[in-house]
Amino acid sequence: MPRINSPVELEAFRQEIVSKRDPNKPCITLCSGTACHATGSKEVALAIEQELENQGLTNKVGFRRTGCHGFCEKGPIVVIDPEEICYLQVTPEDVPEIISSTIKEHQVIDRLVYADPTTGEKTAHEPDIPFYKHQQRMVFGANRRIAPQSIEDYLANDGGKALIKALFELTPDQVITEVKDAGLRGRGGAGFPSGVKWEFARKSPGEPKYVVVNCDEGDPGAYMDRSLMEGNPFGVLEGLVIGAYAIGSHEGYFYVRQEYPLALENLSIAIERAEEHGLLGKDILGSGFDFDVKVHRGAGAFVCGEETALLKSLEGKAGEPRPRPPYPAVKGLWDKPTNINNVETWANVPLIINKGAQAFASIGTEGSKGTKIFSLVGKINNTGLVEVPMGISLRDVIFEIGGGIPNGKKFKAVQTGGPSGGCIPEELLDLKVGFDELTKAGSMMGSGGMIIMDEDTCMVDVARYFINFLTDESCGKCVPCREGLRQMHKILTRITEGKGKASDIATLESLAETAVEASLCALGSTAANPFLSTFRYFKDEYTAHIEDKRCPALACKQLISYYIDPAKCTGCGLCLKNCPDEAIDGGKQKIHIIDQEKCTNCGTCFDVCPAKFSSVIKISGEPVPAPIPEDKRTIVRKKKSK
Amino acid sequence: MISSTCLKEKMDTAKIDRIIDKHQGEASALIQVLLEIQSENNWLPKEVLAQVSEKLQVPLSQIQHIATFYKAFSLVPKGRHQVHICMGTACHVRGAARVLDKVQNLTGIKPGETDLELKFSLETVNCLGCCALGPVIEIDGKTHGKISPAKTSDVIASYD
Repeated sequence: MPRINSPVELEAFRQEIVSKRDPNKPCITLCSGTACHATGSKEVALAIEQELENQGLTNKVGFRRTGCHGFCEKGPIVVIDPEEICYLQVTPEDVPEIISSTIKEHQVIDRLVYADPTTGEKTAHEPDIPFYKHQQRMVFGANRRIAPQSIEDYLANDGGKALIKALFELTPDQVITEVKDAGLRGRGGAGFPSGVKWEFARKSPGEPKYVVVNCDEGDPGAYMDRSLMEGNPFGVLEGLVIGAYAIGSHEGYFYVRQEYPLALENLSIAIERAEEHGLLGKDILGSGFDFDVKVHRGAGAFVCGEETALLKSLEGKAGEPRPRPPYPAVKGLWDKPTNINNVETWANVPLIINKGAQAFASIGTEGSKGTKIFSLVGKINNTGLVEVPMGISLRDVIFEIGGGIPNGKKFKAVQTGGPSGGCIPEELLDLKVGFDELTKAGSMMGSGGMIIMDEDTCMVDVARYFINFLTDESCGKCVPCREGLRQMHKILTRITEGKGKASDIATLESLAETAVEASLCALGSTAANPFLSTFRYFKDEYTAHIEDKRCPALACKQLISYYIDPAKCTGCGLCLKNCPDEAIDGGKQKIHIIDQEKCTNCGTCFDVCPAKFSSVIKISGEPVPAPIPEDKRTIVRKKKSK
Repeated sequence: MISSTCLKEKMDTAKIDRIIDKHQGEASALIQVLLEIQSENNWLPKEVLAQVSEKLQVPLSQIQHIATFYKAFSLVPKGRHQVHICMGTACHVRGAARVLDKVQNLTGIKPGETDLELKFSLETVNCLGCCALGPVIEIDGKTHGKISPAKTSDVIASYD
């Protein structure tokens, strides 16, 4: 492919691609994101290729492997266009039938379509599935239509239009004004207005200037940046080039988390393709604007998601944050003006340029514009990535889109904002999702992880878990974070083990206050949030642990005992067979008993006891009943009357 | 304990030079160079760090700072099978801690350790991004999803 040297040539090339594509030609789209990959999408892909060949359809049916569609719970996902028939949890064995019935005969295969978990109602048409229906997929939607390594797919889906508009119709200042007017705020956590940040960098004296994509997505339970990077690297790249033009930068960096090999691969290929086509490099599309990018792999340090730490790491040093100001816009990479935004922020830029600031700003709340991608994970029926307009209620996200809590359990809290975010209780479910709204509730937007917790989740344990995470990831440079978190972790662990003291809460509060006030960077200053927010909304759980030595959620290992209910035990022997510590006594027709001395609380018996019996129960805060006398242990089965 | 010399054979000096040259010998490329050596060799022997230090003209102390700061690097040999247990929040609320307990019992090692036969190396990771499949363990890059402590035994036993 020769270089494209002008917008006219690009449009001609786009037309050529589109004209060769028949919109009515059947096309099989297979999600090949990381989660679908783990559930076997590679094997499904091989089966599809093989079957198309067997049936002589290779040239008559399109086949596209795309990035993540978002409905990770039900992967691997296959969508058949143009009808948009969506098949879930597809296996290689399903493939021949899909091709012979759906592709050839236009028959829908009932067993592969979405079924409502409560009503059983089936939905075959992708946009009608509740999980997708209530979303607004402006940024993430392209994933489904684009093979991530294909620039042709990208261009056929209007890729590059924003770039042309920015480079040829707008001045750098006009681009900045558009982004400012759109009200775009950073999607990485802090929510700082992106246009304002760009303007700082543009006006800062010093050359060269740098632009950086932060793809060091470290929050556990958040993977929207990875999915954008894997699924639509061209979109992120286009946003970056537009930003570079606006700021006056000719050199950019992608900082990609080392744990994301597929994102790295797809990004590297996208950069190569864009360079070949003249969308990157010298004199982009004949505009006279030069811009090059390099990819830098992270090496596994959560704190590198913090911008000053990330820049240190880019320079080849240990990623330790430094105090701000000076902000990176003034003194960034190699002390030059630098603008850092996260992946999702950059991916929003082409959208704003294409549709205009007003259209973008018409979505959302007063302080938060546009959409946001959330990863809905934990105790939720429809685990996956969802893109919703700002201002939607948490209840709608969790129950309408997420399908509620599995196994009929009760919702307890949603944790947002990553490890240093907070837990939001049931009474605030009608809260509107937005930067300021979440902060007011004691949590934060963060990068968009939403971890759903049910009645079996212990909130003290959750606080301990996050503080442990942050202790581990603290870079160690400042004392309030390094030592304060260590002490908080020690105390919280003690509480979950039933060794908590009445004075512990006051100590935790004072350590938290110090960390908030005196830490060097955002990691430390927000690190106490997991404790503060769980304590604010779930104080009674702390009291139960400390005063009654009881874990209300029956989750803290040291505070529970396992007990076999003699009235329910049928003597099936499964627990006896599986107990790793030989702590169970039993036999044929005999009620089983757990020897509390030997039991290590591993919970295996609880897991293996069949649900229809549910005879193994957890007890906390009260003594375990004495084992039933030997002579009453024989199970007498009622004979069936003939 | 395996001495570092016998493993060094796999990682000859010419190969390290090639990796360094690929990054044009820039000091700022230090992390990228170490990452590549780590992935080729599975760990960073002392002699290798000395060579990188000399070639890139970066003090050994700084290299050690980096090699211990970032989690991707290991200064001790690794086992044949890399077991990664996801301790991300979604896996945590679905019982990852109990899966970890079980794996520790089965292998006799704790996170960060390698057994004496160099069979397993155990690490905990913060999120593999397969939250729909939690709890998740990943062995040599293969994901085992929706795992329970009971299922863990079969999975671990299938590696030799």
